[in-house]
Amino acid sequence: MSKRERWQLIFVAVIVAVALFSVFPIQGRVRLGLDLKGGVHLLLQAVGTAEVPVTDDSIERLIAVLRNRIDQYGIAEPVIQRQGKDRVVVDLPGVEDPEAALELIGKTAMLEFRQVVGVTPTPPRAPERKNYDSDEEFQRAQERWRAMMAEIEENVRQMEEKAASDPNLIVAKEEESGRFYLLGTAYVTGEHLVDAKTSYDSLGRPTVNLKFSREGAKLFDEATAANVGKQIAILLDGVVISAPVVQERISGGEAQISGRFTTATAQRLAIMLRAGALPVSVKILENRSVGPTLGSDSIKAGVRAGLIGVALVVVFMLIYYAFLGVVADLALGVTMLLLLAGLISLKATLTLPGIAGIILTIGMAVDGNILIYERIREEIRSGKTIYASIDAGFRKAFVTIFDANITTLIAAAVLYYFGSGPIRGFAVTLSIGIVASVFSAIVVTRTLLRIFLTVKKDLTLLR
Amino acid sequence: MRLRIKFYISFMKVRRLALLASTIAIVASICLLGFKGLNLGIDFSGGVLVQMETNEASSVGDVRQALEKVGLGTSVIQAYSEKGYIIRIKSEESQEEALRALRESFPEMSLLRLEQVGPVVGSQLRRQAIIAVFISLVCILIYITFRFRFRFGAVSVLALFHDVIITLGLFSLTGREISLPFIAAILTIVGYSLNDTIVVLDRVRENWRHVKQWGIVKLLDDSINQTLSRTINTSLTTFFPVLALFLWGGSAIADFSFAFMVGIVVGTYSSIFIAGALLCEWQLRSPKT
Repeated sequence: MSKRERWQLIFVAVIVAVALFSVFPIQGRVRLGLDLKGGVHLLLQAVGTAEVPVTDDSIERLIAVLRNRIDQYGIAEPVIQRQGKDRVVVDLPGVEDPEAALELIGKTAMLEFRQVVGVTPTPPRAPERKNYDSDEEFQRAQERWRAMMAEIEENVRQMEEKAASDPNLIVAKEEESGRFYLLGTAYVTGEHLVDAKTSYDSLGRPTVNLKFSREGAKLFDEATAANVGKQIAILLDGVVISAPVVQERISGGEAQISGRFTTATAQRLAIMLRAGALPVSVKILENRSVGPTLGSDSIKAGVRAGLIGVALVVVFMLIYYAFLGVVADLALGVTMLLLLAGLISLKATLTLPGIAGIILTIGMAVDGNILIYERIREEIRSGKTIYASIDAGFRKAFVTIFDANITTLIAAAVLYYFGSGPIRGFAVTLSIGIVASVFSAIVVTRTLLRIFLTVKKDLTLLR
Repeated sequence: MRLRIKFYISFMKVRRLALLASTIAIVASICLLGFKGLNLGIDFSGGVLVQMETNEASSVGDVRQALEKVGLGTSVIQAYSEKGYIIRIKSEESQEEALRALRESFPEMSLLRLEQVGPVVGSQLRRQAIIAVFISLVCILIYITFRFRFRFGAVSVLALFHDVIITLGLFSLTGREISLPFIAAILTIVGYSLNDTIVVLDRVRENWRHVKQWGIVKLLDDSINQTLSRTINTSLTTFFPVLALFLWGGSAIADFSFAFMVGIVVGTYSSIFIAGALLCEWQLRSPKT
């Protein structure tokens, strides 16, 4: 073994050792994308109003409130980023219930206590045929029902007219009963809260308990004093959640709201009230949520497909190139190792298309070896000695390998620049894979070939 | 064990046939794209995708019945297992309704994936995808003309369009979904197919000094045959893993790997037959040394 060969061998060995050291044990080292780990990716658009336009300031406050809500909900490592002028990206890894997350993020959570000025009757249920003995009776019931609905509609129309003429009045619907309310100005709002907690009322139903600030307590005290025996409506984002009758003046600065809550929804509402209302409302432009089981299934399927792919390639190379195939398979192993080491050390995110990128690399990685081997065989056939053939083979194949891989690299670069999330993951693995496979083909294969030939001077190996 | 296949095929003899076959395939693909169109996924059209699993065996009919209650009976429902369904809904706003209806009919269902893309984002992603494909084609064309002679660049880019149009045509024919990763697949096919073409053309460039002596037909045939075992071997080694991915990689990635499989087959064919055939016809019409 010449001095130069020895240095080459040491160089390759050091690189492989460093790569091995950085890759194993692999558990937890590769950063997984949301599509593999499970989680929620949201793109939000801030929607301003005449009073609260979308400005740098309101977006900053929006992000602060969102962060507050997410932290209180207990999500580790969330990403909340502003994108462009009026958009916010939210990544929540490991969330099991995407619907709950959507509600937590998307709701403005504007709480108001308003004076009740008027209310419609509760709309009755539509009659059903099975409850009536004859068609005539059923028809009469239907007519009665229609008349009542028309009356309610007329009622609502009148309320809306009043609300249109007086800026202090609004019309709001109660979801549960279907009643409409005509409501006066807000006595107290979510801004006057210092705390919100969940608890249960005497019937065991979940409730949200509110604690007002000093100013809020004073306002609430005045409001209840003025409305004893009358209703006060509690609104969340413009919808009435309940409208209890005030039994007595409440001056302690605490209140309890009950509605159609489950324990989970009550908890979310409490979090949102504590974190505060969003300064501007948001619209969900894009939502991609993947459950954790689907993600781990994808990883398993990807690993299985990858192993089968590697096995097929390894066997093919052994059959077709025999001894040279062993060298190519070793080089393939180094490529895969370097690819993983590259992913880990660049802190790149592995996504589902990224796994496809790795699997594609398995096939393309041996391309360099194939090009070189075919060249070497040609050179041997033209009558050169074995060492001269190897040198000429590498030299001539190098240009081709370079040209052929640079085009794929260009495509990957463009993908990286224009893509987002999963696609970027693909571009990254593909690029690292190309660089690693070119290195393996040119440096690793060459070193291995030279060493094998000095150890075993059997020239028939290459025939 | 040693395989040694030695043969010489005169590809240029059948060049007119190959060009005819490709022209037919391209025209058919363009017709398909024009009349049938592509099955755009929610990434580009906007909408909602729900992937769910019921806790006991059920049928597409059951799921459709559940969705009909909220007027979403026309959604596309695809079963990928006895219990698993992927539901695609055109309107992005009906997500809550759909989930409520599904919960009512299948209280024990588990929600595996939920995607919702608004029309604004959809059209934005569509525009970005077109720009990405266009820019990478221009970059590659610039690189090739810089590295090779102009004619080589021109025939490789024609071969590329050939590959991309036929792949799109096959997606239209099979009705497979075009989603965001598909764009990544198309660009990779572009890179890969070019890789193949470049290896062949690289040999043509090397042999070009014999062009007067051998004539273009023999020169191309020799070059293609000299690189043939490499072209086929690389295509096989790339095809194997992608096939494994298609068969065992899971439903989420099946369309993506299908695009690669088609791209590899068409790309290999075009770098053996089409790029050479085009160069041959061009050279015969206006010789250039």
